[in-house]
Amino acid sequence: MIAVQDLTKYYGLTPAISHLSFEVGKGEIVGFLGPNGAGKTTTLKILAGFLPPTSGKAQINGHDCVTDSLAVRRSLGYLPETAPLYTDLTTTQFLLFASRAKGVKRKEAQGEVDRVIKACDLGGVRHTLISSLSKGFRQRVGLAQALLNSPPLLILDEPTIGLDPAQIVEIRQLIKELSGDHTVILSSHILPEVSQLCQRVIIINKGQIVASDTPENLSRQLGQGSRLRVEVRGPVPEVTAALKGLPGVREVISQGEARYLVQAGNDLELRPEIARLVVSRGWDLLELQMQEFTLEEVFLNLVTEEES
Amino acid sequence: MSGAFAVLRKELTIYFATPIFYIMGFFFLLVEGFLFFFVYFNYFQTASFQVAQNPQLAALLDPFQVVFRSFFEDLGFIFLLLTPILTMRLLAEEKRTGTAELLFTYPVPDWAVIMGKFLAAFSVVATFLLLTVVYPVMFAFLVKMDWGQVVSGYLGVFLLGGACLALGLFASSLTPNQIIAAVSAFALLLLFWLIGAPQEVGPGGDILSALSLREHLPNLAKGVIDTKDLLFYLCFAYFFLFLTKRQLESRRWRA
Repeated sequence: MIAVQDLTKYYGLTPAISHLSFEVGKGEIVGFLGPNGAGKTTTLKILAGFLPPTSGKAQINGHDCVTDSLAVRRSLGYLPETAPLYTDLTTTQFLLFASRAKGVKRKEAQGEVDRVIKACDLGGVRHTLISSLSKGFRQRVGLAQALLNSPPLLILDEPTIGLDPAQIVEIRQLIKELSGDHTVILSSHILPEVSQLCQRVIIINKGQIVASDTPENLSRQLGQGSRLRVEVRGPVPEVTAALKGLPGVREVISQGEARYLVQAGNDLELRPEIARLVVSRGWDLLELQMQEFTLEEVFLNLVTEEES
Repeated sequence: MSGAFAVLRKELTIYFATPIFYIMGFFFLLVEGFLFFFVYFNYFQTASFQVAQNPQLAALLDPFQVVFRSFFEDLGFIFLLLTPILTMRLLAEEKRTGTAELLFTYPVPDWAVIMGKFLAAFSVVATFLLLTVVYPVMFAFLVKMDWGQVVSGYLGVFLLGGACLALGLFASSLTPNQIIAAVSAFALLLLFWLIGAPQEVGPGGDILSALSLREHLPNLAKGVIDTKDLLFYLCFAYFFLFLTKRQLESRRWRA
């Protein structure tokens, strides 16, 4: 669906993104993650055909984003970062314009507008001037215009910014429902959002991809080792010493009464060994759980590494 | 094509939703009303004077030539002030508020955006002009009118209006600031209005005066439809719409 090769964009002499390459398949929900100024918005603007890249290629459905921009734009729903809207129009007026501009037939336009108004819960502000809408409503109007004409590809730049928690849940639900028929590429700096919504995360920092995988794999592989939570009833110093004695264990942290946190090297399956050890010593094994690194930790790891 | 209509409709909605249309319309009609009264009064005075002097000469006095010729020529000058205000928002505001990012990621070709916006501004000017038709109609009650001359005069001001709007649209494509768009459009229009003046100065003056927006109006205003004048206004408008298109396209290669 999306194929990006060696994409580079300079603003003056500063590179915003350099040599980005990635692919997105049909029906995927892909999250773009990165600190502010990492190049997320620039990449999305290029994909939407609004900005030309300095070098490299971006293709959507085989159409080049620069030379075949019109064909690309026909299959696209785009929500820009700040959700710019025509503030002198009412919600309905604006959505009618957007649907006609996106090629919806005159007779079907009203029905299509009603559909997205319902999907984005805008019924109450149908005839309100956009200039008097709150940030949350504007964000939803922006999302509504992207959904018009059911484009196969949705590019959403920070779709949940400015929404209250209840709305965020709704919009996430909406985006989830869209997957399957639609390919969605969204950017965010909110980690839980990305890990909940996306099947794949592309982390970029300073204009370069630092990681690209499923949220689970990222937590495991890039968390530098695995972490186990163990609860054992037995004398604390001995248990600690015994756990430390196992091959591959780097560190054992005692967390009160009977809880221990065991850190081990990469891709080591320690659970059977620990179970055997505890049983052979005659202690009681109460809990044994693999703990994944949260995406926050992965993210911070990657981003700070990059800086040092 | 449907894209151009969508843009046209959106721009008209914004014109009617914001005060600018009503304010410009009010002042345009106010000034027009005053001008008409003034030229008509002038005619009446001249005619009465002639009647007193020589009744046969007074009969020859053509009301159209005296009243409507200057009426149309003055209209042209008012356009210099009116059109930059109508066009300044069209592209500059899209850039300033970021809606350009929406508009230019919709599957609407650049030319459709330009035509939509141009035709919207043109419809506004046409509405204003059609409202002035009451003057010739009123006049027709008093004297015998030659409607062909009136149509020719209106053709002239419509074409001039289109030319001015095309230039204004181009100025608006250059900057995200409406004031700068209006001022530069006004300055360029004034330049093209006065460019014919050096005719008396020396060689080359003919060429400059052929480029002048003003020099092509008097023929049409007095009822002479010359293809030279029609073509001038059409080419002038086309040239600036073409520049606007190039300016919009430049964002795709200016990396």
